[in-house]
Amino acid sequence: MSSRLIDYTLHLADTTLILSQRNSEWCGHGPILEQDIAITNISLDLLGQSRNFYQYAASLIGGDATEDSLAYLRKEREFKNLLLVEQANGDWGQTILRQYLYSQFQYLLFEKLQQCNDEQLIAMAAKSIKETAYHVRWSSEWVIRLGDGTEESHSRMLKAIDELWRYTGEMFMPAGYETIVEVSSLKNEWLQKVTNIFAEATLPVPEKVFMQAGGKEGKHTEQLGFILTELQYMQRAYPGAQW
Amino acid sequence: MKNFIRKFYYGDIPEEKSGGGSYQTVNDTTNWPLWEVFIRSKQGLDHKHAGSLHAADAQMAIENARDVYTRRMEGVSIWVVESKYITASNPDEAGELYEPAIDKVYRHPTFYDLPDEVNHM
Repeated sequence: MSSRLIDYTLHLADTTLILSQRNSEWCGHGPILEQDIAITNISLDLLGQSRNFYQYAASLIGGDATEDSLAYLRKEREFKNLLLVEQANGDWGQTILRQYLYSQFQYLLFEKLQQCNDEQLIAMAAKSIKETAYHVRWSSEWVIRLGDGTEESHSRMLKAIDELWRYTGEMFMPAGYETIVEVSSLKNEWLQKVTNIFAEATLPVPEKVFMQAGGKEGKHTEQLGFILTELQYMQRAYPGAQW
Repeated sequence: MKNFIRKFYYGDIPEEKSGGGSYQTVNDTTNWPLWEVFIRSKQGLDHKHAGSLHAADAQMAIENARDVYTRRMEGVSIWVVESKYITASNPDEAGELYEPAIDKVYRHPTFYDLPDEVNHM
């Protein structure tokens, strides 16, 4: 049980860390100042969540493990994040669609996580779900705004869906260690909510797309290597460096 | 209100990878309108002017205000109003508007003794 719990906590930590890192790439480059602040705010929320999960994982692992060693010194194949969150930012539409697809899932996940039998995970989910509720609200409004916007924004959202949809199936395919929440049971509700938002955004919900998977087990797309190269550079180049 | 947004890039990510739109030549039809933001810091106090921001509509203005002005727990309530709906007094008319009040000290309630317990006066 313990090693499953560690792997699962790391899966939650890695997913939030990598999405945070991706979103933070927008810092200073947002389409407008206010949205630059909004996306980096979300990035910081996710970073805070990942720190909680890493600290808990480190305490379960014991020994020399710390939140930093888990984030900065594990290799690509050891990361258990979802493939969806490591995908490139693309344009603003692709970034907010990635955020929406994940946040909508994360909200349902944290609801269920609050009913699991691990007190720490319950507390972390309860603390984070308000942030997540806001992420869902913010990103879904952007999906509607762009999907039901101009011809240009609509076609960009179609392209973003084409790019990202194939990575959504993995969220609902449980990994071997993923026994704490039955993710496959979240699929219908997630799809229903996404369908409602897409309908308002005049966007089609894709059917019969082959779903990529493997991230939870450490098999990633080429994107993750580049992210870790940047994320881990300082600790690799100057081991033990501190602020 | 032309060209009031200027973007400065301080990162080393090349422009074509940044994903951001280019705002060098913003014109009035693509610009988001300006909104004034009022924040109530706690229940019972008035909404105070906090600043202004750009947003496409009122809903986005509220959310932007949440992200820009209430990140450090500054507020419990937000009002936004599009800046163009605010009518302001003309500074050139300050003389006739305000100066006549200067020598009328009797309009101040300073001739009353207030108990110490009364705050916020």
